[in-house]
Amino acid sequence: MSLDRTKPLLLPLALVLAFELWARLTHLQSDSLAPPSAILAALATALADLSIPIATRDTLFAAFAGLSIGSAIGLALGIAFGISRPLDRLMEVTVEAIRPIPSIALLPIALIALGFGYRMEIVIVAFACVWPMLIMTRSAVRSIEPRLMEVSRALRLSAPQRIAKIVIPAALPRIFVAFRLSAGIALIVAVTVEIAINPIGLGAGIMLAQQALRADLMLAYLVWIGAIGYALNMLLIAAQRRLFGRAALAGDHP
Amino acid sequence: MKRTAILWRLASALVAAGFIAAWQLVANLKLVSPVFLPGPDRAWAALVRGFSAASIAGIALGALIGSSRMMRAYVAPSLEFLRPLPVSAIIPVAIAMLGLTQGMALFVIAFGAIWPIMLATVHGFAAVEPRLYEVARSLQMSRTAIIAKIALPSALPDILAGMRLSLTVALILSVVCEILAGLDGLGHWVLLSARAFRSADLFAGVILLGATGYLTSIAMSLVEQRLLAWQTAAR
Repeated sequence: MSLDRTKPLLLPLALVLAFELWARLTHLQSDSLAPPSAILAALATALADLSIPIATRDTLFAAFAGLSIGSAIGLALGIAFGISRPLDRLMEVTVEAIRPIPSIALLPIALIALGFGYRMEIVIVAFACVWPMLIMTRSAVRSIEPRLMEVSRALRLSAPQRIAKIVIPAALPRIFVAFRLSAGIALIVAVTVEIAINPIGLGAGIMLAQQALRADLMLAYLVWIGAIGYALNMLLIAAQRRLFGRAALAGDHP
Repeated sequence: MKRTAILWRLASALVAAGFIAAWQLVANLKLVSPVFLPGPDRAWAALVRGFSAASIAGIALGALIGSSRMMRAYVAPSLEFLRPLPVSAIIPVAIAMLGLTQGMALFVIAFGAIWPIMLATVHGFAAVEPRLYEVARSLQMSRTAIIAKIALPSALPDILAGMRLSLTVALILSVVCEILAGLDGLGHWVLLSARAFRSADLFAGVILLGATGYLTSIAMSLVEQRLLAWQTAAR
C-alpha cells in the first residue's frame, strides 16, 4: 500500500533531483532556467514579501467574480432553453455563432470598452464561463425524467415553483459538474488575460519576472500557478463527491 | 418532419439576423470592413503545425503510457497534476527560452494542445474492454498489433474528444501568442485595430476568429463522424 502511494511521487522527485544536480554541476547561467532550490527560494521570498499573495488575491477575485456572473447567466439561459423547445430552436444560430469565438479574442474589445483592470478581466472570464454552463444545464434540464414534469403539472405548480422545486433539484448534480468545468476555465482565462495584457495578478507577475530576466522568480510563479490550479480542482472534486456522491459522476466526462 | 426542421433553422437564422440588425442600430457604425488582414496565413501555419505535432506526439505518448501498467502507475499521476495548470502560464517561460519568434508560438501551441490529447488517449487505453485483450492474448497477437488493432480503435472516441478540446485551446493560445509577440495574424490584427480605435476592423477580426472556431469545430465533427461510423453502425 505504501509503495503504491509513493510510486506517483518517484518520477517528479527524480526529475527535480536530476535537474538540480545538472544545474549544480554545469554551474547553470541562464535567463530561462533556474535550479529547483533557487526556484523554491524565490517562491519563499515572494510569498514573504506579499507580492505573490496579493497577485493571487487579484487573480482569484477576478476569476471568481467572472465565474459567478458567467455561470449565473449560463444557468438562467440553460434552464430557459432546456424548458422551452421553441426558444432553444430560435436561439440556436445566435448561440452557435457566438459560442466558438475564442474568449481571448474579446480582449481588444473589452480593452476599448472598459480599459485595464478588474472589469475587463471579469467580463472576459464571464463570457468564457457562460457557454459550458449553458450547454450542460440545457442538456441536464432536457434529460429530466418526464414523469417529474407530469407530476408538477398534476400538482398545478406555477412556472417559478416548477423551476425551483423540480427542475433545479433534478438537474443539480450535472449543473455542478458544469460549474466545476467553468471554474477551471475561469482560472485559465483569468491568467491568460493577465499574461496577454492586463497589468494585475499572477499572470502579470510572471510576465514581469520574465521581462526582468528573473528566471527563478518566473518559474516560482509558474509552480505557484500550477499549485493553485491543482488545489482548486481538488477542492471542487471533493465538494462534488461530498455533495452529490455518485450521482454527479453519471454526467461527468472522464 | 424534415420541412419543419428546415423551417426552424430558417427562423433561427432570422432571429440571428435580427440580433445583428439591432446591433447595427445600436452601434451606429458600419460593421464589417472589406479591407482585410495582412497575413493570417502565416499564423495559420503555426496553429496547424503546432496542433498536428501535438496530436501525433500526444497520441504516441498516450499510447505508450496507457498500454503499460507500470508506466500508468508511475507517470500518470504526474500528468494528472499538470492537467489543471493554466497552459498560458507557460508562455513567459517559452518567451524566455525561445524569444518572440514563430518557434515560440509553435512550442506554446503544441505544449498546450498535447495535454488533453495525451490524457484522453491514456484514459481510452485504460478503459478498453478487458475481454478484447483476452481475445488478443488467445490469438497471440504481438504488442504492436494489440495497440494498432484493438486499443487504438476502441480508444478513438476518447482521443477525438481530446483533440476537439485541444483545438479550442490551440486557437486561444495562438491568439495570445500573436498578441504578445506581435506575430502576424488575426490576434495581432485585432489588437492593432483596438489600439487605433478602428472598431469596425476590430469587430470584423473578432467575427472572423469566431468563424474560424466554428469551422474548425465543424471540420472536427465531420472527421469524427467519418472515423466513428463503424461504431454507430455497430450499436
